[in-house]
Amino acid sequence: MDVAQFLYHEARLLDTGQLEAWLDLFTEDAIYWVPLERDQQEAAETSSIIHDDRTLLELRVKQARHPRAHARLPLARTVHQVGNVMLLGDQNGELTVGSTLQLVEWRHERQRLWGALVEHRLRRAGGGFKIAHKRVDLVNSEGELDGIAILF
Amino acid sequence: MGAFDRERLAMLVQPDRVHRSVYADAGVFELEMERIFGRAWLVIGHESQVRERGDFFTTRLAREPVIVVRQDDGSVAVLVNRCAHRGTTVCAESRGHTQRFVCPYHGWSYDTAGQLRAVPVESGYRKENLNPLGLKRVPRVTTYRGFIFASAAPSGPSLEEFLGPARASFDDFVDRAPGGELEVAGGVFKHAYQGNWKLMLENHLDGVHPAHVHASSVAVARGAPEPGAPGEEHYFDIAVRQMRQNGAPESLWESIGVWTTPRGHGWLGDYHTDPRLVAGPGNPAFDEYRRRLAARAGDAEAERILGVTRWNTIVYPSCSFMSQFRQLRIIHPVAVDRSVVYTYSFRMKDAPPQMFRDTVAFANVVNGTGSWVLTDDLEVYERVQRGFGSGAVEWAYLGRGHGADVDEPDGTRRGGTGTSEVFIRAQFRAWLDYMTSEG
Repeated sequence: MDVAQFLYHEARLLDTGQLEAWLDLFTEDAIYWVPLERDQQEAAETSSIIHDDRTLLELRVKQARHPRAHARLPLARTVHQVGNVMLLGDQNGELTVGSTLQLVEWRHERQRLWGALVEHRLRRAGGGFKIAHKRVDLVNSEGELDGIAILF
Repeated sequence: MGAFDRERLAMLVQPDRVHRSVYADAGVFELEMERIFGRAWLVIGHESQVRERGDFFTTRLAREPVIVVRQDDGSVAVLVNRCAHRGTTVCAESRGHTQRFVCPYHGWSYDTAGQLRAVPVESGYRKENLNPLGLKRVPRVTTYRGFIFASAAPSGPSLEEFLGPARASFDDFVDRAPGGELEVAGGVFKHAYQGNWKLMLENHLDGVHPAHVHASSVAVARGAPEPGAPGEEHYFDIAVRQMRQNGAPESLWESIGVWTTPRGHGWLGDYHTDPRLVAGPGNPAFDEYRRRLAARAGDAEAERILGVTRWNTIVYPSCSFMSQFRQLRIIHPVAVDRSVVYTYSFRMKDAPPQMFRDTVAFANVVNGTGSWVLTDDLEVYERVQRGFGSGAVEWAYLGRGHGADVDEPDGTRRGGTGTSEVFIRAQFRAWLDYMTSEG
């Protein structure tokens, strides 16, 4: 599987509500990160919109399935449009892949458009890849945002 | 304001119920901006955001765009961000350092006191007309223990009188720092919701809502891997512990106490029993923290400081904060059904670095725009707002604990139990007082 096909596959799992299969794409030591600040260098002493290790990411998926997850019931409908896929690096057994994301979200008669620069670090696994690190820099991360209950 | 005279306003706000129009009527909202937000002391920031002369940040004072700046004389000014000439906002940066604010339109420039210093093509104006012009200064600005307060009213109660017994919550916040100071750090969450400003303030001392609003995050945290013992901790521990704690039993919420003041402020006792969340002994970072606090304050004073168990404090009408995890939220009303909240984290001077990492982890899980917890609160605020948009039912009921409130000798009013809605009733008592007093 080539890298672009893998990213499209990941996006499709999210857009078709296959959250558990999406979670399986991540390594056990994975980090999923949506920084709060532009060019944010670390997540220990600066807040993040989302900064999850694998355990927290799993809780996020489980919350989405809970019958009283008010902000996630129903889950927003989304379309993730992945573009500009570029191989940025290949070292220590990990591919660094840059891409852009345009995401349309719809829920409760409200539609939102998101844009982001995305960077994946991928490890080869079987015939495909596992995500070791995913960073999503929203263009409006520092803006005044309504609550976010989707996955980018 | 014939439409909202005293009699009409008093009808909208009754001892145990309020009319839906206080949340949904744009005319009521406009009057609130004038009579509540135009008068009260509003928390607007912290001195650590403007340490040096010329340091500034921009924010809102209620709906007004303002610049908070350290002036040449060393004091803090709050300037309305609007050129005296054509009304342009003169400063577009969120923060920075400058000697002059220069309008982008015709180059009028102002010093850090707001005084007009230079006007291009000055010969085109009569000097006596230019002389009185400047950036409008918010008339009253003061600080308490490092927190900056501003009031758009030229006169009114002093900050001390305004805060009353709620002042002790700020003392608690600052006293906990081993170095005796706080600083804003770690980024600012800015979240918004499609609902009235009051809905946030009516939620933060509500001990019944967590079990229901946050049922899903409590449930997933209960099913999560166990947090680690000291020395074997995981990154996810703070999140899991805090979400579990929101599922505390009803009897605990009943027991913690909720207090209010005549000006609508209030605070909730702490409901945390998890020692990892409240600086309990046995954790290396906390032990070091207690040692440093005692080194400054003495053992007895350190014990007293750590024995204060206030959770959220509301400073009516625009602020909510907590000392335990050093979070402060300022609510900016934008429209009757639209609100913006800025959430600040604070670092305690001379505390071990782990304390601030806990603050960031807590902010992310509870107050973050993408958190498991906040998102469910926002969903509920919006659903309340939608409900109040309907005229089919006129009233909202605020009766939990009504009739059991206790007036204390120090002037506070306490709920009969920790889950009482006494704090919402107190907020509306203050609301009616602001809204029906003239001048």
